[in-house]
Parts: sequence; C-alpha cells; structure tokens
Amino acid sequence: MMLSKGLKRKREEEQEKETLAADAWWLDPSLPAAAQAPPAAASSSLFDLSVLKLHHSLRQSEPDLRHLVLVVNTLRRIQASMVPEPTLPPVPSPPAAPCVADSLLASSDAALSASMASLLEDLSHIEGLSQAPQPLVDEGPPGRPTGGSPPSLGTLDLLGPATGCLLDDELEGLFEDIDTSMYDSELWAPACEGLKPGPEDGPGKEEALELDEAELDYLLDVLVGTQALERPPGPGR
Amino acid sequence: MAGAGGGGCPAGGNDLQWCFSQVKGAIDEDVAEADIISTVEFNYSGDLLATGDKGGRVVIFQREQENKSRPHSRGEYNVYSTFQSHEPEFDYLKSLEIEEKINKIRWLPQQNAAHFLLSTNDKTIKLWKISERDKRAEGYNLKDEDGRLRDPFRITALRVPILKPMDLMVEASPRRIFANAHTYHINSISVNSDHETYLSADDLRINLWHLEITDRSFNIVDIKPVNMEELTEVITAAEFHPHQCNVFVYSSSKGTVRLCDMRSSALCDRHSKFFEEPEDPSSRSFFSEIISSISDVKFSHSGRYMMTRDYLSVKVWDLNMESRPVETHQVHEYLRSKLCSLYENDCIFDKFECCWSGSDSAIMTGSYNNFFRMFDRNTRRDVTLEASRENSKPRASLKPRKVCTGGKRKKDEISVDSLDFNKKILHTAWHPAENIIAVAATNNLYIFQDKVN
Repeated sequence: MMLSKGLKRKREEEQEKETLAADAWWLDPSLPAAAQAPPAAASSSLFDLSVLKLHHSLRQSEPDLRHLVLVVNTLRRIQASMVPEPTLPPVPSPPAAPCVADSLLASSDAALSASMASLLEDLSHIEGLSQAPQPLVDEGPPGRPTGGSPPSLGTLDLLGPATGCLLDDELEGLFEDIDTSMYDSELWAPACEGLKPGPEDGPGKEEALELDEAELDYLLDVLVGTQALERPPGPGR
Repeated sequence: MAGAGGGGCPAGGNDLQWCFSQVKGAIDEDVAEADIISTVEFNYSGDLLATGDKGGRVVIFQREQENKSRPHSRGEYNVYSTFQSHEPEFDYLKSLEIEEKINKIRWLPQQNAAHFLLSTNDKTIKLWKISERDKRAEGYNLKDEDGRLRDPFRITALRVPILKPMDLMVEASPRRIFANAHTYHINSISVNSDHETYLSADDLRINLWHLEITDRSFNIVDIKPVNMEELTEVITAAEFHPHQCNVFVYSSSKGTVRLCDMRSSALCDRHSKFFEEPEDPSSRSFFSEIISSISDVKFSHSGRYMMTRDYLSVKVWDLNMESRPVETHQVHEYLRSKLCSLYENDCIFDKFECCWSGSDSAIMTGSYNNFFRMFDRNTRRDVTLEASRENSKPRASLKPRKVCTGGKRKKDEISVDSLDFNKKILHTAWHPAENIIAVAATNNLYIFQDKVN
C-alpha cells in the first residue's frame, strides 16, 4: 500500500500486509473508537493540521526528531484513513469532483514527500559532514569506537586535505538529493524530461515537450555555466 | 493518601501527610525562559539536590544539618553552589545554534570529600567537581599576603606557611568534557553501577563512555536506518540497571522498551528483552502512537522492576515479564477525550518524568495545572497534589486535589477545561531514603516533606 508517492518504502510484503490489516480498522465505521476516528471532514482538518506541523518542523534549523517522526507517523495514519479503497487499482484520470482530502493529498503529496525525503536525507548527510574524522565509523571492530575528537579541532578538521575523500563522498550524496522543484519552473520545464527522469512525479511531467538539438545545446551550455539564463527560443513558454 | 514507606516508617502504618517545606525561585508572573528548570536530581545520600535550567546553569542545594537550637529548620535545603555548566554554542558547519539547556544531571557516588556530577545539554556532557575550601595557607615565602611577589634577594629567612580557617567557599570546576559524539539530541545519561562508565543516549544512538576518557566512546546502540526516509522510531530514554553493570534499557517513541546485555555482544542492536503492551483495540485513535511514546524509563532501586511514563499513564514492569506491565496507573485519563486539542497545541508531545520512592513502595509523576500524582503500590491508593504559592505556608499540609471529569462540579474540584496547560510539572525527584520530594514547576522548585510525628 503506497501511502504517498516518492516516499521509498522498502518493507517486506508480510510487513505491508500487517500494516494494512492494522490500519484497516480506520475503514470500519462500526468500531467503538468512532469518537476518535472522526468523519472525513474532521480527518481532513486533522490532515491539514498535521501537514502544517510537519512543515513547521521541517522549517526549524534543527528539527526535534521525535516530534517530526511522531507527526509523520500520525500523518501517515490519517492519510491511510482518507484513501477510500487502498486495494483498488489507481484511477487513471482524476475524479470529476475531487473531495478536499484527495486534492490535499495530490497537492501536498509531492511537496511533502520531497521535503520530508530531502530533510531526512539532509540529516544523514549533514551528520556525515560534521562528524569528526571517522570515515569508517560504521565498520571496523565491534564496539564501534566513535565520537570525541578533541574539542579544539572540531569540525574544522574536515576542511583539511587529509579528509578530502570523506568530503567528496558526502558532496556527491548532497547533490544526489537536489530539490527537484527547480526543474519545475517555467524556464526548466522542457529540460526535466530529457535530463532528469527522477523518481518523483513532478507536476511538470504531463507536459511532454520535445527537445530539439538547439535547445539541448543551450541547456548544456547553461549547465556548464558559460551562458547566462535567458528565455530559450522555440516552443518554450 | 500519599505513599507509605521510607526509612523508619512502619509498613502500612502511618499515613503520610505531605507538607510544604520550601520553594526556590522568583515569584514574578513573568518567567524568564532561561530560569525554567529542566532537570532535578538528588545525590546518592540525599544531602544535595541539583537543578539545571534552560539557561545552562546548575544550582545545587545542600540540606542543613539538624540544629537543636532551631528545631523547626528541620533539614532545610539552601543554596550550596551555583555555576554556569553550558553556554550557548554555534555549530558553524551546520549553521545551527546549540542550546545551553541542561537536559539531565546525574550524580556520581561520592568517593572522597568532593562531589561529582554529570550534566548534559543536547550535544556535550561535562563532569563537574564540586569541592569545598575552608582553609587557606598564609605565610608564603615568595609572595606577600596580598599576592605581590617578593624580591627573592630580600628574603633572608624561610618560614613554613600555616593553614588558617576561612569562610567556606564552594568551587565547581569542569574536570572532563565529553564532546562530539552525538549528532542528534542527547536525551539521557546514566551512570553505571561500576562507577567507571556511563551511557549517553540521543534520538538514534547510545554511546558508552569511560569517565576518565573523553576522546573516544563506544557506540552500543544505533537505530539509524540506512535510508533516513525510513525513520519511524526514535530513542526517548535510557538507563543502566542499578546493580548489573552489563544491563541497560532504552525506550522508544513507539512505546517499547528494550533491555540489552552488553555481555552478549559489543553491539547491542539486538535486545535481550522486549517490553511492549499490546494496544487496546477499543481505544485506538489517530493519536495512539503519540500517546504511547515513552517519555521516561526508571529502574526501581531494587532492580527488579522498571517504570515507564507515557502520555496518560505510568506503568510498572517486572523485568521477568515482557508481555505486559504488572501495574498501570492512570495519571490524567480525563485528557483522553481532549487529545485532538492537545495535539493542536503540542501539549501531547510533553515529556513527563517519573520517579520511585526510596523503598520503591510509591511512585510519583507530574501533570498539568502544577498538579503532580503519587501512587502507593501497596495500598493501591493515589493522590493528586498541587505545587502552588497559595499552598506555601510553612509546614502547611497539602490538600488533595480533584479534577472533575463531567457532570456537576463539586466544591474544590477543578474542571478539565479550567486546567492550565502551561503549568506543567515535567521534573520531579524523590529523596533516596526519606520522604522528601522536589517538584519543579516552571521556574520554581518546591520541596515537600512528610509531617514528622
């Protein structure tokens, strides 16, 4: 059961079934917990509230991980309860009159998963950068000696040549996770198809534009940094 | 009535009557953020009581010796030492400010005249030595009484300096700084019964330290997923067993506790025991997970039980039974129907602590409206008391409080909707041997004692 696009879930099938069964009670209106399983409208406002909390949390410079995880898990529960029939195949075209919940799901989905994913990834990358020089901290002998470089050196150590390798690996990891919204702007819409097929289904994907050679050359030039950004010629908007 | 037990009290005999003893802290309505108390801890003898606050300060109170000429100042706590433990820091690489708030203080057992404690903020643990100086040397050869150096060529005779008494001075000095070992926020520290090592836990990892060694620690638990997107659970608290130096527990945001044995492997990612109470299907809600998140875990002094605090209850577990707790005490069940509002105002994320009485016969935890709750495990009775300036006459007995949950509100009862959710008692401590408790109410520290008969 995919709760939201873009969020990678590497669960075992049994675990998925278990989760489905565990959460399926949301769909049973006869349960006495109805007092706390509010109707769709209330679910939707709870959903909004949770999304707000999540965004607020993500905006903190250093989010409270416990708070974040609890809000995300609660949001998943609410999201699950708002999907009417999780076992049906996905509807090919959007419904004629989408309910509030669906439109919320659609609009917030990509942004939510993207920002959540990027934040959680950032946390792990930032950790790699700021940790004192122990590139093998997760390997090596049992008991994993870690931590505690002398306080005077601190994070400045990483800027030295000795740890160049570590920094390179982490830089690569950082770039892997670039915010795809930059490709969704008007200027870049023609580019995203050809250059970054990406896992997320960004909103720009529906526009299937053809890249001609001139546009491709132009874009490559910009990437290399030799040309200032300006509106490309041709069918671009 | 409140819990029985404690040294000298006949079991099940006298009912305890809690009385106001002292209150520390400013009286103003306007509370400075820095003055908010963030941790309270008695030392092993109970003679010292330490508090840490959001401003990074530690204040230690010492119990006065009983004085025959002033029988009413029976064991009062007065300020012994105050020092700045942690300062705000700036992590330049991450562009983040590191809060100076003291998350936890833990005392070391006393081995000589000096006292030692560990204090921690989100990132750094420090070992502080608190020592007394009541003598000073006079009659140095190389310098004058006012400290000026004497000209060595003018010195014609040698004298032996003599020690003279001086006013007591209490000095706190940082002896060790354990830094750079935690990426995430430290929530717990716990001194081992071997008195040589201690653990520190953050959201995803637990490290083991030797008190003498600051440049390295051993990582013994790591629950960080390879892919941070898969993160669904964090560590919320951890503690060493009081007697078995190889055993510790850690609790999670999903309401589980894992007991680990360091003898079975150096990496304790696999637990020896797993404590979780199955969810009651009839009380499920969107907030089930949040309210099951454990905010504190404490072993009993005996080492046979442990106690967990989740949002609405306190549970006592027998370490030999993992399937369910042996006791469950409701702290403020009347909040169950208000979870949505409490989620909205974030109160549902408040982290309450809990503590055992010295004899393990009673447990205590805080609530809202400056209420705190005590449960007597023998008599099965519980009581709600309030820490407030209004009830602060010397040796005045505390009157039990009651929250009205519905229907007609009786006199002296308070309705759920009138509770002040900004007045939360998150931190409490119980003297290790006597019936003396310390309760932190925002920026005030209340000390209550039982009425001596």
